[in-house]
Amino acid sequence: MSSVLVILETRSGELRSACLETVGAARTIADAKGCNVVALATETANIDAAVVGGAGADQLMIATADAHSADAAATTIARVAKEVGADVVLLSATVRGRDITPRVAALLDTGFAADCTAVDSNTMLFTRPICGGKAFNNVTVNGDVVVASLRPNFFASAGRDHTAEISEVASETALAQVVEVAAQSGGRPDVAESTIVVSGGRGMASPDNWNLIEAIADAIPGAGLGASRAVVDAGWRPHSEQVGQTGKTVSPELYIAIGISGAIQHLAGMRSSKVIVAINKDADAPIFKHATYGIVGDVFEVLPELAAELAK
Amino acid sequence: MEIFSFVKRVPSTTANVEIKDQQLDTSGCEFEINPYDLFAVEEGLRQKEAAGDGNVTSVSFGSDASQKDLRTTLAMGADAALLLRNDAADTADAATTAKVIAAAMDGRSFDLLLFGKQAVDRDQHGVGPGVATRLGIPCITEVISLTIDDGKVTAMREVEGATETITTSVPCAITCQKGLNEPRLASLKGIMAAKRKPLESIDTEMPAMALTVESTQPPDVRPAGRIVANAAELVDALRNEAKVL
Ligand SMILES: Cc1cc2nc3c(=O)[nH]c(=O)nc-3n(C[C@H](O)[C@H](O)[C@H](O)COP(=O)(O)OP(=O)(O)OC[C@H]3O[C@@H](n4cnc5c(N)ncnc54)[C@H](O)[C@@H]3O)c2cc1C
Ligand SMILES: Nc1ncnc2c1ncn2[C@@H]1O[C@H](COP(=O)(O)O)[C@@H](O)[C@H]1O
Repeated sequence: MSSVLVILETRSGELRSACLETVGAARTIADAKGCNVVALATETANIDAAVVGGAGADQLMIATADAHSADAAATTIARVAKEVGADVVLLSATVRGRDITPRVAALLDTGFAADCTAVDSNTMLFTRPICGGKAFNNVTVNGDVVVASLRPNFFASAGRDHTAEISEVASETALAQVVEVAAQSGGRPDVAESTIVVSGGRGMASPDNWNLIEAIADAIPGAGLGASRAVVDAGWRPHSEQVGQTGKTVSPELYIAIGISGAIQHLAGMRSSKVIVAINKDADAPIFKHATYGIVGDVFEVLPELAAELAK
Repeated sequence: MEIFSFVKRVPSTTANVEIKDQQLDTSGCEFEINPYDLFAVEEGLRQKEAAGDGNVTSVSFGSDASQKDLRTTLAMGADAALLLRNDAADTADAATTAKVIAAAMDGRSFDLLLFGKQAVDRDQHGVGPGVATRLGIPCITEVISLTIDDGKVTAMREVEGATETITTSVPCAITCQKGLNEPRLASLKGIMAAKRKPLESIDTEMPAMALTVESTQPPDVRPAGRIVANAAELVDALRNEAKVL
């Protein structure tokens, strides 16, 4: 019996929506192979079998432990992969997915394709960015089991009407314990999970001017805040907001770069955004080469106007 | 405290990578130590200082070209360096590299293995957790704060929208995220001292690759953008043309 095993990510017992896209990708691969999709949550969670079934899963397995440890999760995944005869294991390329994926591959003594943006379900050729998105590799995994993590925002849930069949699985014990998960304050979604990102750079001149950036984010429901490394290093904004090669990789529907020059390391973190807007007073700023729409102007004039237009 | 810090030589983040015959061509690139690996070296030095005794050994699976980087880590303050030498090391994927490094560490005694969170050449985030899993030791990834007290390890890491605190005990592996520390620069004295420090080179076999790169392509070209006159025109385009608002 073969199957595609897809890992469901949960936090505090709730399903995280990015992984439903991965379930959809698992469905496409399973259809090409003519096999089942088994979805596995590695810790206790309150998951709707109709949501996971609708996204593409035939079965839904939920582990009994409430431990959030990455090593216990990997051990559970590798065991279940053998039990259900998985020849493909898919995870989402979130911080947690990136943590678990290589461990699963090591336990199954196989390779893995990390952070993929496309997969050919017939040839199992995975496309993945390298060098911060300056190039893409097309790779195949050598080994009995193919392990891969898929980047959020690149795949789609199956969107069908189906309820997955639920069962329980035993969890493994952890080597490292997660003793606390403290939600970041601020009330905005994390930059890596926002569908719209409003990002500021050194062109904002001072951290005191961030109220102008926040006014834009406030005017767009669900928008998250991003920042360039220049302003993070200057201590104007927290590390958690940094977008780029040494920060977070984002691919939102809309990325608004305000007073950001568009250095190659910043582009590495946001160039796969669907729509990019640049606001910069320098018409030659490199960010304009990558922008869908640009305004050449002073942020202190443009931002109040933009906030007013968005409110209309 | 016995500490190993792992460093990889990567094309500089400012380098323009070329693609020739559907393969990556880095022959025109400048190379440097992977930026996250400098955090791993720095953290090794700090943890040794905090413990009051021990050794920091920097390790690279690389060709002779990596000797220069290992010398740099010695100049920063590492006590010894180890080159797992193979001319094709650069072509190894993370799972294969993890296998090689785990085999090299097997039988050595250590408290702490420090890795970068990712090598910025192929961005796989895989070697640290891969090595730890193969050695059967705990691993905490993307760490931004680390304290070790009498063998008890407490680390913090950022995930999307939250900060996690994780505890375990040595021996363990850590992957280092920006924010953990500020890497020191090598002093002139350090550079002189580095010349007398041991740099061992061991010829290392390459196992069968776990990943095959079939081809490499440039990113899709984005359709040319448009400069709009003002905020009103921008909002109109976002609402009615791009339909993202
Ligand atoms: C190893 C390495 C890793 C790095 N990683 C990252 C990373 O992860 N993320 C990242 O962002 N950077 C990273 N960098 C840094 C990167 O090279 C740039 O230095 C940084 O992105 C610049 O930030 P910035 O665009 O805010 O500042 P600047 O480059 O100084 O640009 C400011 C822009 O604001 C414009 N401006 C100024 N005043 C106004 C005004 N009143 N109105 C409108 N526009 C105005 C200017 O024209 C300019 O284009 C990295 C660098 C290295 C070496
Ligand atoms: N060839 C190598 N030699 C030594 N350390 C390596 C090598 N490749 C990767 N690493 C370490 O593993 C980390 C993660 O690399 P990667 O999994 O390739 O993203 C790096 O930051 C290094 O600390």
